[in-house]
Amino acid sequence: MELYYETIENLHSMLISKKIKPKDILDDVFKRIDTIDPKIKAYILYTKELAYKMAEEVENRIMKNENITELTGIPIGIKDNMVLEGFQTTCAARMLENYKPPYTATVLKKLKIAGAVFTGKLNMDEYAFGSSTENSGFFPTHNPWDLSRVPGGSSGGSAAAVAAGMCIAALGSDTGGSIKQPAALCGVTGLKPTYGRVSRFGLVAFGSSLDQIGPITWTAKDNAIILKYIAGHDKNDSTSVNLNVPDYYKNINIDVKGLRIGLPDEYFIEGIDNDVKQKVLDAVKLFEKNGAIIKRINLPHTEYAIDVYYVIATAEASSNLARFDGVQYGLRDFEADNTIDMYKRSRQKGFGKETKRRIMLGTYVLSSGYYEAYYKKAQKVRRLIKNDFDNAFKEVDIIITPTSPTTAFKIGEKVNDPLTMYLSDIFTIAPNLAGLPAISICCGFDKNNLPIGLQIIGKHFSEQDILNASAFFQENTDYHRKKPVIL
Amino acid sequence: MAITRKDVEYIANLSRLTISDVEIEEYTKQLSEILEHVNRLQKINTDNIEPMSYAVEIKNIYRDDINEPSIDRKKVLDAAPITEKNCFKVPKII
Repeated sequence: MELYYETIENLHSMLISKKIKPKDILDDVFKRIDTIDPKIKAYILYTKELAYKMAEEVENRIMKNENITELTGIPIGIKDNMVLEGFQTTCAARMLENYKPPYTATVLKKLKIAGAVFTGKLNMDEYAFGSSTENSGFFPTHNPWDLSRVPGGSSGGSAAAVAAGMCIAALGSDTGGSIKQPAALCGVTGLKPTYGRVSRFGLVAFGSSLDQIGPITWTAKDNAIILKYIAGHDKNDSTSVNLNVPDYYKNINIDVKGLRIGLPDEYFIEGIDNDVKQKVLDAVKLFEKNGAIIKRINLPHTEYAIDVYYVIATAEASSNLARFDGVQYGLRDFEADNTIDMYKRSRQKGFGKETKRRIMLGTYVLSSGYYEAYYKKAQKVRRLIKNDFDNAFKEVDIIITPTSPTTAFKIGEKVNDPLTMYLSDIFTIAPNLAGLPAISICCGFDKNNLPIGLQIIGKHFSEQDILNASAFFQENTDYHRKKPVIL
Repeated sequence: MAITRKDVEYIANLSRLTISDVEIEEYTKQLSEILEHVNRLQKINTDNIEPMSYAVEIKNIYRDDINEPSIDRKKVLDAAPITEKNCFKVPKII
């Protein structure tokens, strides 16, 4: 029996009925990793020993019928920008190649308490700067649906690992679309929660006003399971919000009768793939057939979201990455004989091209003389973008758009053209700037048999609404059951 | 507003990066392109619009001032490239 492509839901019922043991799932997953990962290259580090130790511990829990959750015994992969004490955490950056953090991220502590088992650390664009995982400081990851294509990014390792059956679920992080876009390109389900829903403590910071951690799985229900265990207030992250965490999983309700769905004109524009547009509109029809009310809406500042994002996110990144100075952790150049030179030479050696590009752009927009024209202006337009959504949500409950304008592109196709690469995130950036929760689910395949992602955006802290709509769609379709043939 | 080589050298220094001539060339072109795109923002009327720092409005979060153990010093120092006598070591400053 192949357990590696089972859902969390199914594995959980097999575990509690004692049909299988946590170790059986791990055996299957690591066997799969051994045969498939040399082709996909999703993992930076396997934590096999840790995984088996964790599996043994939770097996005792299951035997005694103690502290069992839906995640007990479930193998989960972790994007390599979340710290796990004692295990290398690299952010896919040469700078942190040998860094072993002295503490563990809150989300990982929570998953461990729930009984999840960690399979390893997953590849990403260096510091999460990118949309294709080609900016990894180590190696690119390949899309399981077509090895010559990118898995998306920056959580490309996480999405590819789930799609290839090399973990049952994975955590990603999303600043401008880094969970949703790779989930779309790999045909899996990825959720970016509302800003503040999940603690960022122990997530290496990129854009602090945007970053959120979220789950990547095959189904919306599995996503709901993980979210309920990682969400909640954390005293170590003062931007995490002190709101009750509902049981997103038990509360799933797939009745869409009367659900008001907004379709923004600005997201169905020239330049998006025909197949993408068609499949998303087909999906909308399915909602309509089952009683949802479809409304055309306008989000007039959409086209500026990308500009706002690349000012704000790079400004925050340039400031966050100032900590990599070769003193407390990370790579150090020992040739320099004064501190300024040491900073410069260590950073020059440790940072990849895109990282340097973003640091410089961010430094520029924050520098004296340009701060008002760029940074402050972008912050003002950010509010206009949020106001657009506020207005739209007076008339609709959720908004449906494509996740990305295209399906997975070829490795190497956009790597030397940063601006074109940035445009692959045009649909995920605006909701992120507004702090809204959004999910990407697979809604079909294009003529090359590549998965197409559909994005559902909800109001602040209404993760339940977008999970419900996704679960409805998956109840009525089979796209999320289709698995790649990995050649 | 095009970025010049001199601008790139200036920003690189502010960013504490040593960059090569080839990189200066490349970044001058790419940063100019990106900023040209970003300049579209200038045509939007933002009179009387408050800048937005966070999407979920939060202000001055307080917590009780309670002593708690912090991360073990040895563990922190172990992650550093070089240490001496329980301190991070850097090149001579003065």
